[in-house]
Amino acid sequence: MGLFSLFRRKTFSHGIHPPVNKSQTAHIPIRRLPFPDRLVLPLGQHFGAPSEAIVHKGQEVVRGQPIAEAKGDMSVPIHAPASGIVKGIELVLTSRGFKEPAIIIEPYKASTQEVLWSEYPSSDHMDREQLLQAIKNTGLVGLGGAAFPAHFKKNVSFEKKVDTLVVNGSECEPFLTCDHRMMLEHPTCLIKGIRYAMKVTDTHKAIIGIEDNKMDAVRLLQNHLKDCDDISVQAVETKYPQGSEKMLIKSLLNREVPAGGLPADVGVIVNNVHTLTTLGKLLPTGEGLTERVITISGPAVKRPGNYWVPIGTTIGFIIDQVGHDGNIHEFIMGGPMMGPAVSSLDTPITKGCSGLLVLNEPLINEESKKIWPCIKCGRCLQACPMHLNPSQLGLLAAAAEYEEMAENYNLRHCFECGCCSYVCPSNIPLVQYFRIAKAINREKAA
Amino acid sequence: MPAFDVTHIIIAVAFMLAMGLILSTLLAVANRKLWVYEDPRIDEVEEMLPNTNCGACGSAGCRVFAEALIAGELVPSNCTVIPASGTDEIAEYLGVDAGDVVKRVARLACAGGTHVARSYAHYQGMESCRAAALIAGGPKGCSWGCIGLEDCARVCDQGAISMNEYKLPVVDASKCTACDDCVDVCPKDLFSLQPVTHQLWVACKNLEHGETALADCDVACDACERCVADSPDGLISMQNNLAVINYDNNQFASRLATERCPTGAIVWLDKEIHLKGKNARRIVRQEALPVRQI
Repeated sequence: MGLFSLFRRKTFSHGIHPPVNKSQTAHIPIRRLPFPDRLVLPLGQHFGAPSEAIVHKGQEVVRGQPIAEAKGDMSVPIHAPASGIVKGIELVLTSRGFKEPAIIIEPYKASTQEVLWSEYPSSDHMDREQLLQAIKNTGLVGLGGAAFPAHFKKNVSFEKKVDTLVVNGSECEPFLTCDHRMMLEHPTCLIKGIRYAMKVTDTHKAIIGIEDNKMDAVRLLQNHLKDCDDISVQAVETKYPQGSEKMLIKSLLNREVPAGGLPADVGVIVNNVHTLTTLGKLLPTGEGLTERVITISGPAVKRPGNYWVPIGTTIGFIIDQVGHDGNIHEFIMGGPMMGPAVSSLDTPITKGCSGLLVLNEPLINEESKKIWPCIKCGRCLQACPMHLNPSQLGLLAAAAEYEEMAENYNLRHCFECGCCSYVCPSNIPLVQYFRIAKAINREKAA
Repeated sequence: MPAFDVTHIIIAVAFMLAMGLILSTLLAVANRKLWVYEDPRIDEVEEMLPNTNCGACGSAGCRVFAEALIAGELVPSNCTVIPASGTDEIAEYLGVDAGDVVKRVARLACAGGTHVARSYAHYQGMESCRAAALIAGGPKGCSWGCIGLEDCARVCDQGAISMNEYKLPVVDASKCTACDDCVDVCPKDLFSLQPVTHQLWVACKNLEHGETALADCDVACDACERCVADSPDGLISMQNNLAVINYDNNQFASRLATERCPTGAIVWLDKEIHLKGKNARRIVRQEALPVRQI
């Protein structure tokens, strides 16, 4: 270490370098989408127990009003993204793959963007418990994709006595630039959010980790933080999956999260910049989470960019607004590496959705769809950031040895980043195999 | 090099002979002492069994089943794979009662082929229902329905499942051994093992009602409750917008319950052939429904 580490870029071992494709949207300021005719708000859009609806059919709601309340500790309320009439609670298809109950709101034609309902605004005098409750009341979840309730994560981290807050601004997924724009346009909100998070988790040190292809954001934040010595900004290597919390902790702090453990086990809490910026925006006014920024990008989009989108907007409406070239082939919710393809235009944008990728031509041709036998080249082993053996796991999956995969090959530590499928020269859909194996093991355990 | 000595050869041959003699005597004694009586009927009965080793009877294989038959633990009709004549043959040979265990078959609780169930997207990924189910639940509008990518047909060792022209699996009841493989593999849990005497059957799992259900599929159960009204109390009930048959009261089941069903979601099975009621909408469309366009 020592002198050597001065020349080494902060990074983790393994991983891949896919084309980033961020130039389409990275320079465009965040714009705003109008309210759609129909908002679809699934009750289970976060990790944990689904919320419980507290509105009924025909009820009038105003923008920001809670329409569903948290059910238990690991749950959050949902707020009306626009003023309008509740049309009912129906089963809708979500990106999770099954129909689940959702509150349908029909916004008024002239619904205002002003938030008309809010809790008591939080103040600096609030103690930890009150602040935690205030965070829960905002309905905030991890906006990076996992949609883990924000208050719950902070509480667990506090109980485990973490010492460092890692702010995840790496945004390693290709195409996505919403976190990048957030850092550029709302740095004060971000810093405010970091202060709240540090207070709640009782940490005295925060590091913002940003991939080195976003140096403008690094410099801007460094400028803003000139006088603070407890918050630092650190550039990390542009590499996928740098934005995975375990990888980022390794890069920034050189700490390794034990297998099956949480970041809190090594004294770290990781929060996404979008989450903390939103926290810094919502808490001072006591508002609920009603909208988020998503990146709408891809070759088929006429006006790509980052947009403030009311939660619950369907992708059919979004694509009408941003325009398309008439040759849409595929929609992907989130980034291309981990985002699921959607099967219906009625699929709503949920709290955990960070992007909408619209592809216009089959980027996979017939030839490359063919799966060849594993040639045991070992590239997947060099790519796997969790240091698993995807090659052997793939062979076991082909033989349907799902229990063996779980017991002896650590299948559950795979977080489905897709690096193995990306590098496989034989086109073996490894990560798809692993997802099937995990689904079957889950079913067996149930 | 030592000179050629014939005694070496004689000693070796004599030694081998003596050892052979001793070991064979040992074996002969062991055979006598350790001999276990095995009923010769086991082999005979095993011959009469199908030897698919499917496990549907609950035994580990056909020979184990044959042993259980002779021990009187099971009855010939526990084997649901052989036809009734075969069961009778074994019963006659063993001089026991054939028993009245009813043959069970795998049944699909979906009738939404491509000609009646609408897809919202083209699926292009891995050719597997499991993989498709993990991506937004598959391309179909009905998120409970059959995906039609043949996972069940592939997993069936008996070749009992084939796909029809509407991409729906069809179970050949004569080949089905009720082994449970298709039940396990289906990501939508559409297969279940049913005794053939359960003739009233709801071929749908859609939990929506009315127009919403029908928007996705022409043959969905739209929860109109006509079958509930037309059947004896306690036979059919509506649970989460789906007709559910209580097979404890199977003896009261009749075709009457299917007659007024507007979609034909509840059917009467005759030799596993779906017979819809008189008022079920006629499906004349043969070709697949187009995928919903943007």
